[in-house]
Amino acid sequence: MTTAQALSPRAARRAARQESTAAFIATLTPPQGPAWAAPLRKAALERLADLTLPDRRDEYWGYTNPDRLIAADIRPAEVFKITDEPPMYQGIDRLKLVFVDGVFSAADSDALEGDGIEISRLADSGDIHWAKDLYGTLEAKGQKPVARPLGALNSALATDGVLIRVTGKVSRPVSLIYRRGSEDAAVVLHHVIRMEPGSELTLLENGPVAARANMCLEADVADGAALHHVRTMGRDHERKGVTHVFARLGAKSLFKSFSLSMNGRLMRNEAQVWLEGEGGVAHVAGAALGDGTFHHDDTVFITHSAPGCESRQVFKKVLRDGAVGVFQGKILVEQPAQLTDGYQLSQSLLLDEKCQFLAKPELEIYADDVKCSHGSTSGEISPDHLFYLRARGVPEEEAKLLLVLAFLAETLDEIDSEDIANDMRLRLRRWLERHAH
Amino acid sequence: MLEINNLHVKLEDEDKQILKGLSLTVEAGKVHAIMGPNGSGKSTLSYVLAGRDGYEVTDGSATLDGDSLLDMEPEERAAHGLFLAFQYPVEIPGVGNMTFLRTAVNAQRKARGEEELSSGDFLKVVRAKAKELKIDAEMLKRPVNVGFSGGEKKRNEILQMAMLEPRMCILDETDSGLDVDAMKLVAEGVNALRSEGRAFLVITHYQRLLDHIKPDVVHIMANGRIVKTGGPELALEVENNGYADILAEVNAGVNA
Ligand SMILES: Nc1ncnc2c1ncn2[C@@H]1O[C@H](COP(=O)(O)OP(=O)(O)OP(=O)(O)O)[C@@H](O)[C@H]1O
Ligand SMILES: [Mg+2]
Repeated sequence: MTTAQALSPRAARRAARQESTAAFIATLTPPQGPAWAAPLRKAALERLADLTLPDRRDEYWGYTNPDRLIAADIRPAEVFKITDEPPMYQGIDRLKLVFVDGVFSAADSDALEGDGIEISRLADSGDIHWAKDLYGTLEAKGQKPVARPLGALNSALATDGVLIRVTGKVSRPVSLIYRRGSEDAAVVLHHVIRMEPGSELTLLENGPVAARANMCLEADVADGAALHHVRTMGRDHERKGVTHVFARLGAKSLFKSFSLSMNGRLMRNEAQVWLEGEGGVAHVAGAALGDGTFHHDDTVFITHSAPGCESRQVFKKVLRDGAVGVFQGKILVEQPAQLTDGYQLSQSLLLDEKCQFLAKPELEIYADDVKCSHGSTSGEISPDHLFYLRARGVPEEEAKLLLVLAFLAETLDEIDSEDIANDMRLRLRRWLERHAH
Repeated sequence: MLEINNLHVKLEDEDKQILKGLSLTVEAGKVHAIMGPNGSGKSTLSYVLAGRDGYEVTDGSATLDGDSLLDMEPEERAAHGLFLAFQYPVEIPGVGNMTFLRTAVNAQRKARGEEELSSGDFLKVVRAKAKELKIDAEMLKRPVNVGFSGGEKKRNEILQMAMLEPRMCILDETDSGLDVDAMKLVAEGVNALRSEGRAFLVITHYQRLLDHIKPDVVHIMANGRIVKTGGPELALEVENNGYADILAEVNAGVNA
């Protein structure tokens, strides 16, 4: 063993981080699961050992403290039951798959079958050959150029999740519903989706997952396929969690991901998307609303590797009473990706002076014929807009509500299904009504 | 109907007095016009009456049918029947014109204890009134004033007025930016609303609007006050000679 004095300060820091990560790994209990996943989990753990756990000094962890996402002590959170509004997606015909404290509940779920779709549980023991080639693969790919160690941690520890292979145009959305049973569960879920060429699917996720959750979605979207992903989190106030979406897109394929996040104490949503075939389209959007101790972080990385692709990032946050919003977004256009159309927008609406919005918008372009734009702003409700509405007789609270919804409208426009978007509008309106002064 | 008495208004953040003892009475059923040089305080008067922030009333009063406007929130003034067609209507991205109109109409009805309009009834009324003002259905679907031309914005103000049916209508330079045909449409919109129980205060720089909306009384405003009041002929005098003569005459009167 080399002594610390012999190392450069940088190497010494790395050695210390590796050591504490190794100590952290030693405390983990790798889950039981299918034999095929065992080597993939082992590899993920090795990745984590090499990447080391995130640290405040890391470039993309400067705004968000990762400690509580990792700490051994989970901190129990009250099981939050929503009784004052109808369940989400109530009127939408969908295949319901329910997880309670992160464990798939067959009793509460629909049968794992449908036209043009194969669904199985990660916790099942069967040999699922296509999943073997995908599980942890996109996560591993996503470790460059920026490390996402909590993604590797997820691949290593995930106890459950769904493995979905889509071969046709599936009209009935798959709806993952999360419920909580205990106050102190820490849940690690990993979903893998393989969209075969020309296939289509809408994947919905909603419900409070656990006191602390680490969620990962890997999606391989083949040529001409379309995957719509809509996720709502909340309204549990004590929620802590980290999510990763890794999506690889083939030629003329489409991936749209929208997240609504309300309340929660600490959320980090990461998305990493690769446009690898000509003419692919990737839209990643999110609306987040919170007050008080709310800390919400969206970290998005979109890589254009092929020509003629379009990407959009649209993120908006409504912050009240000391809430903190973070946006870190990058469009990376590699040299072959001519005729790229890239758009990035991150905005926050600060409802009072105590809130904070931290943004790190980035463009990195190596191709010469591209159209890329990005903008990041943070502001208050416009007094002129507010006065105009009030002068027409709209009471102040209602006027503010209209203006906040108007602020968020552009994110909701990213949801293709009008029924789903309307359900989101309802949730937003209710949140705003509950949080009116 | 509208009674303004010795109104003194300064900017809240600055030591700048804008209205300096303005008095004015508009009777029910009448149309009054206000003309006056740029910067004389006409828009400020309209904003103060509508309840915009940023002004401090240091003296005087303003009442609508005996109720003090100055103590009310802007939405209460609107529900009491006050309407201001803005000189510069704002664009509000993300708020649909229809949603806005329906919310406003129903909020006012609710505040007055009246039943809200069903969406069917509302649609019917809006479509009919929009048609009269040559506002096409496509414009109604867009966000409030977003991408509207200057003239379209002004017509949209008149549409709102027609929908809200206020009793006291203040029009701040609704004619500016309008082409000749649009001005006729706007004037027809206003004339259609003229009635016993309703009054208008029309702020304008030009006689042309007053050719279409015949005023009963014309006031000249200068330096934060009404300095002269007369009949429609006063507007013609301004049109022909500008303000110089009138102001000189007023000053002479003051100094005499
Ligand atoms: N918020 C403000 N801040 C600074 N000055 C202001 C403000 N509001 C009004 N003023 C000043 O008060 C005076 C009166 O302005 P106002 O807009 O009422 O005039 P007006 O008679 O409507 O003019 P116009 O004919 O050009 O529309 C002007 O000198 C203007 O610059
Ligand atoms: Mg003016």
